Amino acid sequence: MPLRYGVYGGRYVPETLVSPLDELEAAWRSARADPAFQAELEGQRRDFVGRPTPLYFAERLSAHFGKARVHFKREDLCHTGAHKLNNALGQALLARRMGKQRIIAETGAGQHGVATATVGARFGFECTVYMGTEDMRRQAVNVERMRMLGAEVREVTAGTRTLKDATSEAIRDWVTNVRTTHYIIGSAVGPHPYPEMVRDLQRVIGDEARAQYLEAEGRLPEVVVACVGGGSNAIGIFTAFLDDEDVRLLGVEAGGAGVEGGRHAASLVAGRPGVLHGSLSYLLQDADGQVLPTHSISAGLDYPGVGPEHALLRDLERAEYLAVTDGEALEAFQLCTRLEGILPALEPAHALAAAARLEGRVLLCLSGRGDKDLATVLAS
Amino acid sequence: MFPRAPSGRLELVPYLMAGYPDRRRSIENGRRMAGAGVAALEIGIPFSDPLADGPVIQKAGQAALEGGLTVGGAMEIAAAVGGPAPLVFMSYINPILAYGPDRFASDASSAGVAALIVPDLPVEEAEALTPVFRQAGLDTVFLVAPTSTDERIERICAASTGFVYCVTLTGITGVRADLPAGLDALLGRVRARTELPVAAGFGISRAEHIAALKGHADAAVVGSALVAADDPLPLLEELLKACA
Repeated sequence: MPLRYGVYGGRYVPETLVSPLDELEAAWRSARADPAFQAELEGQRRDFVGRPTPLYFAERLSAHFGKARVHFKREDLCHTGAHKLNNALGQALLARRMGKQRIIAETGAGQHGVATATVGARFGFECTVYMGTEDMRRQAVNVERMRMLGAEVREVTAGTRTLKDATSEAIRDWVTNVRTTHYIIGSAVGPHPYPEMVRDLQRVIGDEARAQYLEAEGRLPEVVVACVGGGSNAIGIFTAFLDDEDVRLLGVEAGGAGVEGGRHAASLVAGRPGVLHGSLSYLLQDADGQVLPTHSISAGLDYPGVGPEHALLRDLERAEYLAVTDGEALEAFQLCTRLEGILPALEPAHALAAAARLEGRVLLCLSGRGDKDLATVLAS
Repeated sequence: MFPRAPSGRLELVPYLMAGYPDRRRSIENGRRMAGAGVAALEIGIPFSDPLADGPVIQKAGQAALEGGLTVGGAMEIAAAVGGPAPLVFMSYINPILAYGPDRFASDASSAGVAALIVPDLPVEEAEALTPVFRQAGLDTVFLVAPTSTDERIERICAASTGFVYCVTLTGITGVRADLPAGLDALLGRVRARTELPVAAGFGISRAEHIAALKGHADAAVVGSALVAADDPLPLLEELLKACA
């Protein structure tokens, strides 16, 4: 496996983690090539996650938008309500294969925390989830779900009390307990081999969607659009289309209160290369290299970094990235709910807002359901 | 930077967070510690996301940043401390990249800094940067951890100049009651692979720890316990006594 994506990626971690990352890489390679592991993953995806998820033609929304014919890849219909379980399931099977007794995770919106707590219950791991106190407030229902599933939710009060700080705290736990614990990172970020492993586990989204789209429409979409926080659902759907040069790949970041005002989380749009959480990628940072606080109405996109493969796709201009504001995402949330009877999570609502401006055949990754966001939407 | 300790002795390397509790007092504490008979003074440059640090150093760093400390400001503090002990910068990689590695190396050197420790830069990632630091006259100190394989220890020792930093435990910085089991064996594995002095760090805060390290390490790095103290000097002096 390549250590880097162009200049991006790498392993900027304390020495304590280097050998464990080597072991993780070797274990993942061997698991990925093992037909028995793949068969078990396949079976659990079908029976536990509910895959394949459907491809759905958003007929009324398309009519409303006017120029775009939009299909959703329905990751909101995955067990636990988001694409996060694809990754947590695969890493839990790997952790079991590696003989680990404990799994830990960070979470922002709570969807990855719920997915990790779910596989913790399903496979009998001791499970700890780190979550910023600000996010615990925004996503109280998911905190209760995790606790009900048997996970310990540890509150993180450092820094901005959101996903960035929860990730730092999870890494500190891993540094301390690395011999017994597997860290299930929730997005395509972190030190090598995490970005690649998470991509491998999420690419099922794009692999299914590409085949389903060809079946339904007889040709490929013109644009594939997905929201980008750390970027796991986006890299999951993009990967299947990377070699289809005519297919535009569009990643949508959180523009928050507006990129110009500085209160946003659009690292690829407004950041510059830097190191956070073990890898080099685009990063929102000040002139001195200190990581900046971010803002988004969506806790899942509220992160100052982004996966290193997106940084490379941006530089190569193979994918385009733009930002959508809180207000635009809220409007798209309402529209999708009223016209399609589907409550999208606020994260893919950003992708929906971008799709409104597109023309032609659009495939959109509806990465999660919006029930968790009702309090936020009602308060706005 | 400092010689290997003769048997029965240990050297001390105290840690100072630049800009904490404020600029003036960090210079004052730095001068007093650097003049107390220590082998070197480690000066931490604060970072917003210090992955290898426990709560004490995290909070001190955050307070220093809130007080307006910059990388340039840390250079000024180092220059104002001046010595006489050799000064060692401890910085995470991102502030160095943002400042520009060339400029960082030459400014640190001009400020009188002798060596650099980057806790999130393992040897593989340092290959391109090490020559930049060395060219400016800075020693490059790399860290060994309890999880490092013998091959990695070889490589870390070969890449290090000045001294080798041996992380005593799998974990983050911070005060612990006891030294971890198996530490002597780890230090032995490191010392067998280098002529450089070996400094043990993480979790060291008490005279008993110092006594236990004698004969196994050449120096002890003490961080959180000193940062947490209102005045670091009494504890430093107590530890120095235990070193003799």
